[in-house]
Amino acid sequence: MTRPPTETGTSDPYLEVEGLVKRYGWKTALAGVSFAVYPGECFLVLGPNGAGKSTLLRLLAGVVRPSAGRIAWFGRDAMPVPLDVRARLGVVMHRTMLDPELSVQENLHYFARLYRVSEAASRIREVVVLLGIEERLHERVRQLSRGYQQRVALARALLHRPSVLLLDEPDTGLDQASRRRLVALVREHCAHGGAVIMTTHAQELGIEVATKAVYLERGRVLWSARDAGELREALAGSASLVAV
Amino acid sequence: MTVRQRGVDWLAVLGGASFVLVALSVAMIFVYAPADATQGDVQRLFYLHLPAAWLAYLSFFIIFVSSIAYLLRGRPLWDRLARSAAELGFIFTTLVLLTGSIWGRPIWGTWWTWDARLTTTLILWFIYLGYFLLRSYVSDPERGARYAAVLGIVGFVDIPIIHMSVRWWRTLHPQPIVVRSEGPAMPTEMLVTMLVTLVAFCVLYVFLLWVKYRIETARDEVLALRAAVEG
Amino acid sequence: MLSQLWAIVQRDLLSEWRAREVVIGMLVMALLTLLVFNFAFDLTGAQRVASGSGAFWVAVVFATLLGFGRATALERQEGAWEGLLLSPVERPVIFLAKLVSMLSFVVVVEAVALVVMAVLFGLPVFRSGVLVVLALGTLGLCTLGTLFSVMTAQAKAREVLLPALLFPLAIPVVISAVRGTVLELSGFSAEAAPWKSLLGGFVVLFFSLSLVTFGAVAEE
Repeated sequence: MTRPPTETGTSDPYLEVEGLVKRYGWKTALAGVSFAVYPGECFLVLGPNGAGKSTLLRLLAGVVRPSAGRIAWFGRDAMPVPLDVRARLGVVMHRTMLDPELSVQENLHYFARLYRVSEAASRIREVVVLLGIEERLHERVRQLSRGYQQRVALARALLHRPSVLLLDEPDTGLDQASRRRLVALVREHCAHGGAVIMTTHAQELGIEVATKAVYLERGRVLWSARDAGELREALAGSASLVAV
Repeated sequence: MTVRQRGVDWLAVLGGASFVLVALSVAMIFVYAPADATQGDVQRLFYLHLPAAWLAYLSFFIIFVSSIAYLLRGRPLWDRLARSAAELGFIFTTLVLLTGSIWGRPIWGTWWTWDARLTTTLILWFIYLGYFLLRSYVSDPERGARYAAVLGIVGFVDIPIIHMSVRWWRTLHPQPIVVRSEGPAMPTEMLVTMLVTLVAFCVLYVFLLWVKYRIETARDEVLALRAAVEG
Repeated sequence: MLSQLWAIVQRDLLSEWRAREVVIGMLVMALLTLLVFNFAFDLTGAQRVASGSGAFWVAVVFATLLGFGRATALERQEGAWEGLLLSPVERPVIFLAKLVSMLSFVVVVEAVALVVMAVLFGLPVFRSGVLVVLALGTLGLCTLGTLFSVMTAQAKAREVLLPALLFPLAIPVVISAVRGTVLELSGFSAEAAPWKSLLGGFVVLFFSLSLVTFGAVAEE
């Protein structure tokens, strides 16, 4: 298996993954992936469609069980992912996970209650301002554009002040202003000792925020980068490969 | 896992034993056991019917136990055992229903009657069917195994209740006139034949379960290999 | 825990109140079943207690199946179900919340069906005994339904799979509910007692079993 780019970090890792495998019958979505994510890191998961990026995030979030391997969150074995770990993860998936019939406010309020967010009203106001969705707070999610829904999904993920953000293509449908907001948000989160694990197809966005990266193909780590510089080089290399 | 084992090949021994025992019981059914005084030769079906019924329900018990073990431990061997028992159980349940119908036609004058035991067995057959549908319609086999385990537990617990409700329902309804041959005790020859057949079927069952289990193991290995090559 | 449960139920009800995609479908299904049964059996004649109870329960079972199918499909469309699974909510609480939501949908449908039974077929349905049978039967049906609808939600051919799993296992509920209703409607409350205890036992048993096994099922 591929060894992860080991970090001589001062603190314990938030997440350790070892030999993670997910099979669907004879189809292998993930074929033994190992890495660790430390506080303050933005861990980028790159790769073509069907490489296993989403599967990886779903395994980490605890919606799907691994076929083999080990996941440890915050220094503890997390299979299945325990509730107190779930409470520390903020997740954005392909689908928004919002109820389309409820307004933005109602959706956020609902999740605030599920996550037992203290002083929900003021926290909802905070994330709403953070993502700039305050003017459409009382509209139903159904009536919002995809990009706008994505911002609500991001607000939802931040609501309970998670330590780690799991973002599966969080830039989907976002306009330039919102993307900048996303970049700022991710940097801010890492600067405050949080960690971000993120997939994206937008390489510029990835380069802007990533501190570490892996490139998946057919469920395996093809290459990994230990810092933004390496990532830039690797991406330039693969870009030229693609160009040839 | 290697198919060839060192020392005695117990599977072959078991296979041989079940062949001999089944042959013996067939001979006993047709030669040794006397024709029934009231039912005639049709009664000989009973020697097949009873062990089949017993194995149909035993299979579900095996599914029940291995389902619990699978949910607690998560080891694939329990799932394989449940899968193997389910297929055998389905075959034997079908056999019970068929022999019951064939026997019921001359004796009860009808192919089918909503007798409590018969009805429960029919429902059991449908539960087995649902069990296979569930496994084949859930795309992820690991998830399918977990779901099937839940169905195996819930279904097994439900069977006595189904039987009870059907029985109450029958007794509160006009029942078809059924000649129940509880009468005189079974002749010794019949009893011996019955016991030998029962033993023969049980040995055969263990043999079949073992073979089926190996097939399921091989199937999982093939899947894993295919995953390694193509995945 | 209770606040989480209530939050989920509230969301389900509010969402349904606005979309009305589940209950309306269930209602139409139930009423049409009663209508068709009226043509198949004479629901106003001498046999109306027996056929009426049967028709009523068939209508309820069909409507419930339809409701479960629709509700689970809707919840998965935008990933709301995934959002629920991700959240730090005990799995039994999720089960309970889903059960309560579905129960409230079914109760609405049953209320309308009961009125129809009373008005069109002249059956004395609003008796405490009948309502007890109704409550227990509905609870039993929805308990199994909640468990199996979660298992079938992601499967191929889920419209086939859910009935194929639910019908055989729910047979004790259907039998006891129909017999109990017939006896209660005819005024034989004492004779209905064993059916009610059977229903009660069924509910207790499968309710606890579902709570225990739901964790193994609640996953994508």
